Amino acid sequence: MTAVLALLTLLAGWEALVRLGGVDPLLLPSPMQVLEALWEDRALLAPDLWTTTYEVVLGLGAAAATGAGLAVAMHLSPALRGALRPLVIGSQAVPVPVIAPLVILVLGFGLAPKILLVALVCFFPITINLYDGLRAADPEARRLLRSLQATRWQALRLVEAPAALPAAFTGLKVAAAVAVIGAVFAEWAGAEAGLGHALLTANGQLETARAFAATLLLFLLAIALYGACALLERRVVDWIPRTGTGGP
Amino acid sequence: MQTEAETPVVGPRDVDGAGVELDAVGKSYGAVRALRGVTLRAAPGEIVALAGPSGCGKSTLLELVCGLTAADEGHVRAGAAALMPQRDALLPWLSALDNAGLALRVAGASRAQARATAHAHFAAFGLDGFERARPATLSGGMRQRVAFLRTLLAGRPVLCLDEPFGALDALTRLQMQRWLAGALAREPRTVLLVTHDVEEAVLLADRVVLLSPRPGRVVATLDVAVARPRARDDRAVVELRERALVALGAS
Repeated sequence: MTAVLALLTLLAGWEALVRLGGVDPLLLPSPMQVLEALWEDRALLAPDLWTTTYEVVLGLGAAAATGAGLAVAMHLSPALRGALRPLVIGSQAVPVPVIAPLVILVLGFGLAPKILLVALVCFFPITINLYDGLRAADPEARRLLRSLQATRWQALRLVEAPAALPAAFTGLKVAAAVAVIGAVFAEWAGAEAGLGHALLTANGQLETARAFAATLLLFLLAIALYGACALLERRVVDWIPRTGTGGP
Repeated sequence: MQTEAETPVVGPRDVDGAGVELDAVGKSYGAVRALRGVTLRAAPGEIVALAGPSGCGKSTLLELVCGLTAADEGHVRAGAAALMPQRDALLPWLSALDNAGLALRVAGASRAQARATAHAHFAAFGLDGFERARPATLSGGMRQRVAFLRTLLAGRPVLCLDEPFGALDALTRLQMQRWLAGALAREPRTVLLVTHDVEEAVLLADRVVLLSPRPGRVVATLDVAVARPRARDDRAVVELRERALVALGAS
């Protein structure tokens, strides 16, 4: 409720600022103009939204698979942990706008570079949260499994992996929120479709309202992805009693 | 208090499987000596309580018997042992039924097999109707019963119970002590029961081994030759409890 109120206040202020002539609408369109552009250019923007959604969901999926693999590998093998940790952390220092054109150069204009760049942005929070979660399993439960002569694999499957699920979902939700950034940079570096591409074209044509409309769709896409992950979390991690409603 | 319907069991019980023997066992963790020269025995089917102050190495002793850690000095010989850790260590994402059958799953049983085997005991354990309940929704006493069933279903001749009722309120604790006495009468095993409660030790055990503060060593062993079921206010129980407290230097 307060979130809606805050948003409405912000939008009303913005609308007033533009209408009262505080800024040039070519630089900053009013919220109403953005909504207008969204409606008028819907036939133009809908396929872009679909393309970007597709890229982001696939990239997020690839990041989840890679992140899970890396976290489990680092958890099980001290040697791999030592070898991979600097690479995993260092990967986050790579500026995506700089590396995006290189990736496009190597992988072409297709879907592959988009998935790769989304995954590059997303795998880090998933890997780190899952890795920490795997280590945080109840020591008494571990002791119990050891006393039952459980194999390493059984300890992982029966105790550590379920115990790490809440942390893994935290990582996934963070990843879902930032995933669109990767897709936009990838599209900027070379694409024929997608919201990032639409944003770039609209900017070039001085269609500021349409550029804002595309941004609004990116904004909503991030929220929808986060919401979907939060929903999935509630279904999967159903043993933790929750207080309040949570989510965005 | 003596009206409880329990099978009275006197004297050594006939159980297949091994006992437990510790000979002059010592164990240190870095500079901390946890145990020093501990010698004790539990015959097959015997219930031996290990009582002593906090940090006297009681839990370490159970780890040695369960093979979770090795002794620095002396010898440990024990039959295959199942551990019931302090705090029940139930897995919060598993149902009561799946928690009870965990040892069977680890031993290679399918989920359905483990559930069927565990379910056969649910009524006797007073858990009927709670098969699907998650640990968070169970009372403290029920959680302990699930944890004990899990320990029992490991199918090992020796049970190592680490302060099984330490986290329970006084009333539930009394009920659970009586319940455990009954359960062990029905399913006799060799039991090492770690507790800091001398009364609990006297109520449940055939023998009470009293340990000193760190480094833990045996200060006295009391034979509890009192017929079961026992009550807190039995003269013999009260007397033994006092003797134990004197031996521990508490009164």
